[in-house]
Amino acid sequence: MSENVYIIGAGIHPFGRTDGRSGREQGVYAVREALKDAGLEWPDIECAYGGSAAAGNADIMVNELGLTSLPFTNVANGCATGGSALAASQQAIASGMYDLALAVGFDKHPRGAFNAKPAEYGLPEWYGQTGMMLTTQFFALKIQRYMQLHGISRTTLGRVAEKAFRNGTITPHAWRRSPVDLDTIMNAPMINDPLTKYMFCSPAEGAVGLILASEKKMKELGADGVKIRAVSVKTRPPNSFEVFQAGISIEEGGKPTVLASQAAFEKAGIGPEDISVAQLQDTESGAEIMHMAENGFCKDGEQEEWLANGWTEINGGKLPVNTDGGCLACGEPIGASGLRQVYENVQQLRQRAGERQVPGKPRFGYSHVYGAPGLSGVAILERE
Amino acid sequence: MGEKIDPDLWSDDPQPHLMGGKLPSGEIVFPMPVGDAAEGVEPYKLSRRGKLWSWTSQGFLPKEPYEGPGSGPGEGPPDFKPFLLGYVELPGEVIVESRIVDARLEDLHLGMDLEFCIVPFNARYDTFAFRPVSQAESQAA
Repeated sequence: MSENVYIIGAGIHPFGRTDGRSGREQGVYAVREALKDAGLEWPDIECAYGGSAAAGNADIMVNELGLTSLPFTNVANGCATGGSALAASQQAIASGMYDLALAVGFDKHPRGAFNAKPAEYGLPEWYGQTGMMLTTQFFALKIQRYMQLHGISRTTLGRVAEKAFRNGTITPHAWRRSPVDLDTIMNAPMINDPLTKYMFCSPAEGAVGLILASEKKMKELGADGVKIRAVSVKTRPPNSFEVFQAGISIEEGGKPTVLASQAAFEKAGIGPEDISVAQLQDTESGAEIMHMAENGFCKDGEQEEWLANGWTEINGGKLPVNTDGGCLACGEPIGASGLRQVYENVQQLRQRAGERQVPGKPRFGYSHVYGAPGLSGVAILERE
Repeated sequence: MGEKIDPDLWSDDPQPHLMGGKLPSGEIVFPMPVGDAAEGVEPYKLSRRGKLWSWTSQGFLPKEPYEGPGSGPGEGPPDFKPFLLGYVELPGEVIVESRIVDARLEDLHLGMDLEFCIVPFNARYDTFAFRPVSQAESQAA
């Protein structure tokens, strides 16, 4: 029997561009915000997990936070860095070994599309030399086929981006704070057809820290906690279609997101219909659309109706999706994005989300992250 | 003709074939694995004909390790030539990622017939691509 685990502190460093402050310094800022939120001091923390994709190791943060000798594990799991840090800290407490843990993710990327080295992904050099080593192409190729098979229109892609920027205007930690209208989105320069400039997120900077506690510790502190009902991280199954693949099997395979989602729902003992608010990986507009179905919230093709009716808006009546503007409005600091989603759900469930607060008393918050080389992380939180 | 961008990427036949690998299980993969992963994998000449599985355009200059137009010393985005790419399903074999040439974006559609070809890539190298099969040829095939 494992222990119940709660998030009792959540801190964020605003996403976007912060010149003169390193990625790790933004991480330290977020950790201090999370400690303040939990009413704790750094020496109270018993263990820590965290990392970044491009801004160095997390464990060096002890120089700024304090040399308390705690075990601090670096996580280097690409886009799943935040999700993996959360899973590791959750397990540390669920096992009964610790009562207070930190999960932290931060990053700082140069401007422009991510560039990756073929050899690091087990690919031949020609794949990069000829201009195929681009994550943006994968997302375009995946949504292009999906649109053909399931009748999703270009306008629906535009509506996802329009919603993201609208939510960004009322989110203090978002990068893009101005609305962008549908026409501008649809007529912007094409990056990879069918995705225009405004339909893609941009590499950015930012950091999130979360303090996790055992039930006993939370009660002892009288802290305002949100329960972690389930965390699930899954790598790709056979014959799946993922980023950076020169060849795909003709057999249709599974999807890591479907696996992670089903495992999380099973662990939580609830279904998609129980979720009050969801943060879904939106590297670009198409990803949010496909991830709505892969996570079980609708059937393939139904997104067309969902977006046309505004059912994923904050006050849309069905399921608010990416209430803080997601990656589209917040930008993508790889190591921090997965934890930003969880931060947002913590705020929503505690009803501290201000102008972007979803109505009613949201009980279950769902977050989903996806990244190279084909992995997904899902977390389900509950306000008891 | 330039040099092959990778000496083992396609065969040297008069009608060249893209090279994949046949796993001991019979499954066909692309590209042909290298190193320890190649053990027990036989080089396999892939079909020269396939059907379009998905597609997109590349509208901006990729960062390194891209070595095409726009990437050379003194060159930049104005020298970049946008290109089309996609996945081509080779029936019964594997779905391969490839440049698409001799086509306009608006002409591309799911399942369209394509054939393998070799195209110039930069001042030094050739690379592989797929191009539409003409209507008449497509019906004859």
